[in-house]
Amino acid sequence: MKNRSLVSINDYSKDEYLKILDLAEEFEKKPVRELLAGKIVATLFFEPSTRTRISFESAVNRLGGRIVGFSDSNSSSVTKGETLYDTIKIVSNYCDLIVMRHPLEGSARFASEISQVPIINAGDGANQHPTQTLLDLYSIRKTQGRLDNINIFMVGDLKYGRTVHSLLMAMSKFNKITFNFISPEELKMPEEYKIVLDNLGLKYYEHKDFTDIVSEADIIYMTRVQKERFSDPIEYEKTKNAYILKDHMLVNTKPGMKVLHPLPRVNEIDPCVDENPKAYYFTQALNGVYVRQAIISSILGLI
Amino acid sequence: MKDKILVVSAIKDGTVIDHISAKSLFKVISILGLDKIDKTITFGTNLESKKLGRKAIIKLSDIFFKDKDINKIALVAPDAKLNIIKNYEVVEKKVVEVPDEITGIVKCMNPKCITNSEKIVTKFDVLSKKDVKLKCRYCEKITDQEHMEILR
Ligand SMILES: [Zn+2]
Repeated sequence: MKNRSLVSINDYSKDEYLKILDLAEEFEKKPVRELLAGKIVATLFFEPSTRTRISFESAVNRLGGRIVGFSDSNSSSVTKGETLYDTIKIVSNYCDLIVMRHPLEGSARFASEISQVPIINAGDGANQHPTQTLLDLYSIRKTQGRLDNINIFMVGDLKYGRTVHSLLMAMSKFNKITFNFISPEELKMPEEYKIVLDNLGLKYYEHKDFTDIVSEADIIYMTRVQKERFSDPIEYEKTKNAYILKDHMLVNTKPGMKVLHPLPRVNEIDPCVDENPKAYYFTQALNGVYVRQAIISSILGLI
Repeated sequence: MKDKILVVSAIKDGTVIDHISAKSLFKVISILGLDKIDKTITFGTNLESKKLGRKAIIKLSDIFFKDKDINKIALVAPDAKLNIIKNYEVVEKKVVEVPDEITGIVKCMNPKCITNSEKIVTKFDVLSKKDVKLKCRYCEKITDQEHMEILR
């Protein structure tokens, strides 16, 4: 992984996922380490994403590194019409690593081709956000004690949700994974991902309704159902309340089952669920810092 | 019987590309950059063809292609057949095959792809050659035959 950019979750092998997760475990035990002393990390956020940026900056700070960068394109030369090419060419002179988020898909791959320093993709439009996927894997392994033999329920917008697509691709590398997809008709898991599972001989089931079937789940992975995804606003009004997780729906679920969500949420998880020990999404976000510490230090070859 | 004589004259040495569907002729010209070549080139189009309805033919004097270059036209002219001519004789016949990767030529159909916003040469992995499916190396989205747009 040393000196290699992390642009897409498909850039890493299963062994490399596991290496990152093992390292993240070490960082969870001892988060503050001066591994990055004297190093500069640039965080280039061409579109704002406060949580992701703070998570990365927190990871860099705990490693003793310095941060330069911008938090949205309004405060940078991008508004003056500078190309991504020029920005990356210039900034890569000033730092040891670039963390970037950009609204256009493929921007991080392009940056990795022209940059002199490695790139970590912190989201390129609807395409990839690999550190999110690795922290999801970390959270699943930490709560279930394994990554094989997991029954995962993905709920909500499975058509446009990049986190569920990347998580599906990553989980499909493990053994005996069962996928259950709960979504409105308009937001079903795209064919191309089902073909991937078919080719691997992995089982998946599709459901329209949020029912007692979740009693089989090891993990429920919630996503936002956004109004603008619906061509018919009436259809949205009809479905919006069908995919909201409420506390009583968890009564018959397995004792060790956990609810994950990439956050931010809107209304898809009722706040009353937060107090349930099965709610794991806030700890999941915290895990992101350890996972990002692990990724940064292995890319910089410091560990 | 005069009607049966070739409507496009014969060449001494070079390449004849036959069985291009008429609607693809200008795309083939563009892909091969024939508009920038100073050799003698003859085009025929809207010729009768049992297989393609209306076909086009290109005769290129003193021009020979590498397989890697000529295969690019398979994206728009999958039925194209090549005759290599030496001293008025056909010395070799070739068919075209879509290559495993496509660099340039095709525009990514994803409007949010970085290649449609900055000066970047597109790159695709070919997922399917028959009903062409191209996966963009940048945005990872698929451009299919129906939405394929040729650049330049
Ligand atoms: Zn693209």
